[in-house]
Amino acid sequence: MMQDRERDNLQEPEIRRVDLSDHSTSLPSGRKHNTELSIITWLFVILFMMLIGRVVYILVVQSDSLRSNINNTKADTNSENVIRGDIITGSGTLLATTLLDEYGNQTRSYPFDNIFAHVVGYATNGKSGLEAEENYDLLTSHSSLLKQIQAGENGEKIRGDRLVVTLDPKLQQAAYYALGSYRGAVVVMEPDSGRILAMVSKPDFNPNTIGSEWETLSADTASSPLLNRASQGLYPPGSTFKMITSLAYLRAHPKDYSGFSWNCQGALTQDDVTITCYGDQMHGQEDLATAFANSCNTAFAQMGLDLDNKLLRDTAEDFLFNRSLPTSLPSSQSVFSLKKDSPKGEQMTTAIGQGDTLVSPLHMALITSTIANGGVMMKPRLVDRIETSDGTVVKEYDPEIFRKIMTPEEASILAEYMTGTVTRGTASALSGNGYSVAGKTGSAEYETGGVTGTHSWFCGFAETGEPHIAISVIAEDGGTGSSTAVPIARQILDTFFYG
Amino acid sequence: MNLTNLAGTVSKAAQYVIIVLAVIYTIQSYTVFAQRNRVEREHIFLRQNVSMFAIHFLAYLIMYLNTMRFDLLLFYGAQVLFLLFTLVLYRNLYPRASRSLINNMCILLTIGFIMITRLSYDQSVKQFEIAAAGMAFALVIPLIVRKLLVLTKMTWGYVFVGIGLLALVLIAANVTNGAKLSINVAGFSFQASEFVKIIFVFAMAGLLSTEHSFRRVVIATVLAAAHVLILVISTDLGSALIFFVTYMVMLFVATRNPFLSLIGILAFCAAAVAAYFLFAHIRVRVQIWADPFADYAGSGYQICQSLFAIAAGGWFGTGLYNGSPGAIPYVAQDFMFSAILEEMGGIFGICLILICMAVFIMFVNIAMKLGNRFYRLAALGIGTTYASQIFLTIGGGTKLIPMTGVTLPLVSYGGSSVLSTIIMFAIVQGLYMLRSDEVRQSSAQQVRPEEELTPQEVYIDRRNER
Repeated sequence: MMQDRERDNLQEPEIRRVDLSDHSTSLPSGRKHNTELSIITWLFVILFMMLIGRVVYILVVQSDSLRSNINNTKADTNSENVIRGDIITGSGTLLATTLLDEYGNQTRSYPFDNIFAHVVGYATNGKSGLEAEENYDLLTSHSSLLKQIQAGENGEKIRGDRLVVTLDPKLQQAAYYALGSYRGAVVVMEPDSGRILAMVSKPDFNPNTIGSEWETLSADTASSPLLNRASQGLYPPGSTFKMITSLAYLRAHPKDYSGFSWNCQGALTQDDVTITCYGDQMHGQEDLATAFANSCNTAFAQMGLDLDNKLLRDTAEDFLFNRSLPTSLPSSQSVFSLKKDSPKGEQMTTAIGQGDTLVSPLHMALITSTIANGGVMMKPRLVDRIETSDGTVVKEYDPEIFRKIMTPEEASILAEYMTGTVTRGTASALSGNGYSVAGKTGSAEYETGGVTGTHSWFCGFAETGEPHIAISVIAEDGGTGSSTAVPIARQILDTFFYG
Repeated sequence: MNLTNLAGTVSKAAQYVIIVLAVIYTIQSYTVFAQRNRVEREHIFLRQNVSMFAIHFLAYLIMYLNTMRFDLLLFYGAQVLFLLFTLVLYRNLYPRASRSLINNMCILLTIGFIMITRLSYDQSVKQFEIAAAGMAFALVIPLIVRKLLVLTKMTWGYVFVGIGLLALVLIAANVTNGAKLSINVAGFSFQASEFVKIIFVFAMAGLLSTEHSFRRVVIATVLAAAHVLILVISTDLGSALIFFVTYMVMLFVATRNPFLSLIGILAFCAAAVAAYFLFAHIRVRVQIWADPFADYAGSGYQICQSLFAIAAGGWFGTGLYNGSPGAIPYVAQDFMFSAILEEMGGIFGICLILICMAVFIMFVNIAMKLGNRFYRLAALGIGTTYASQIFLTIGGGTKLIPMTGVTLPLVSYGGSSVLSTIIMFAIVQGLYMLRSDEVRQSSAQQVRPEEELTPQEVYIDRRNER
């Protein structure tokens, strides 16, 4: 009965609010005014959604880089259950593997000893190179659940995933032996995909014996054998920087750059600073292409005086000077320090790649690749794919465009100038070998602690019409680019084209 | 197949079942809002309880298989009894209490028990004791709230006790973890701000519910600012922010004046910028937030480890005992969410956020239904402190916002935190029952049309008449 009556009551249309402390307030009660409460509810619902969005963002976008972060030791706990996976090349050559003895003890083994030392890295006494970058993947197994359970039943550990890298053992060895006893670095990459085919740094070490030699290696600050000079070494670019200066000039004079004319007298003086051409040469009358081929210092110093500092800086920064390179490899930021009001002397030295400018060999390879690839910079990468220990593909990496740095026209003009360097200029040793090369040499003078010397640079790509590879070579204290870096590049190119 | 491997396989399977159950539970905590049939609602609540006990069982099964500690089983039994008592007692003592709130409170406590036990058995026992004592105490709170009208009239008492306690902490506190947070009372480290939060809400509700003349708003603002200022000086930034947000929300709802809120937000921005330049520890927190890896080994370590933990867990988690959440300093207090994500996974974590959101929605829902302005503001204020605390702790642990070091209510380790949150839930339960008192009283005279009532209200009204 009661229930029925109440139901009837409930259907009555009139509404009256009852305030328990009705005398305590003269203000209208809020029951009908829930708009504010709705607003507050929605505000907080948005905040809660942001939290969820953040979790999703971390898991979808950031988790790979967090997992492979150099400080992240989480994956190391996997090593109790997972045998560190192999690192192999696309052709199946083993670069790193884990050997098991009859008692199940693990040893990390590197069949090529020193040759891939820096790029593949080491996994004892800390980690470096790919061993550090891909630590998480190497210690994760995507083998089928069935396999994992089987392994568990037999009391075995499961093999971690396998890394298939872009490195080409033939080119890596060629580069390693070509660099010989020079300190320095070589980077070889594919311009249109960003795949790194070879990366050598010297002095080097043997990752197989790093455990026992750790004390000596890590204490050797004079030659820093553990440092990967290819990505972390910073050198003055010398004349290789003239690629950037030329581009800045093209941008300042888009219509009349071909009208550039300079009479080289072998020296140019401004404000106490004298720029001379290498070997006291006088190049005489030159246009831009000839000045580039001759690597004429006075012509480029004059260009530096004429160019707006900001334009040169912008061009350099377009090419990622003072910026991080688009790679997860530990890499040093290249330095370009010319300012708006820098004095004339610095303008001249910067334009010819001396001054305070510093660059890494990987960065030079990237710049060269960008020119070869019609102005589009590809992200450099070392990993083609990750697969399970029995070869099922887990993840594939595709070529990734980083950014369009310059127009195809600008790239083709620079490529033409670089071709001139090989056909009639400082890198003519590379012509007449059955393949066409475009490049730029550099002789980078340095002075550290009163010691002076000249690093030998070469950057270039082949072939000119259809670039397959881009190379950057630096040989510390190698003298001129022509004398040391160019012959090294030639050996690598010969290997690439003739095996 | 030997035993160890069997244990591993069972653990793996249980891990995924837990995720499925959490998803089911979470969906139910929302579908129940829309369910109009009271029998169906009852079923949903029961199914939620089943999911909760199943999650609890499976998690302790995994933990037992991993540790083979017998005392874990006893502890598990004690927790089951505790949860059963809570559910049954509430249901019998307060049949008109919100089942949705009780269920959510219980599952949050359960998740907390699981994860704290995983991190530290001793801490978990301590937490459990406090939660049990708190729950026993909290059982009388709804009664007090319902019966004592005087609670609405002690505004100045709340103000003095609140400011007094905070000031006392500031003066006499032992410095813990850079922030002066606690005072020791008879061997118990007592985090005053956790309780002052509740008192503060009552004080502001008292001030703003009776009138909002310009003079009254100024008084309330000055008093609220005093609370916030003491907390800032105590370097308890998280609590300061919670108090501030709570006051702004209450002011906005009480005065219905968006301009006041706008001025408040502008003042907050100015104060934040000033604080950034005045206090080094605030600058450090912002710098850590901007780039924690810049000082990885130092100040950025905690947040970096938190991010590593989340990434390591992925969507499904590593499974209990397979991760290393202990690598995060103060994990059980400030980074519980990251620990849960590492071992129980991102999906479970998202469910946790959604359950917290359901609690907040229920809090505001109750505020909406209340006629009395004081109770209405109190319910809203408590809801706001709850929601902003969740945003600060999860946002801080995921580096969405700078870290402020507050707990995840009911889940994180911390006696004061769990106790004050249980009290907050109980107060809101009391308010919820008040609301049905109101409805009942009104229905005795003249009653609102049925379509204006939520099905829950109708259901309760009918029940009461039986």
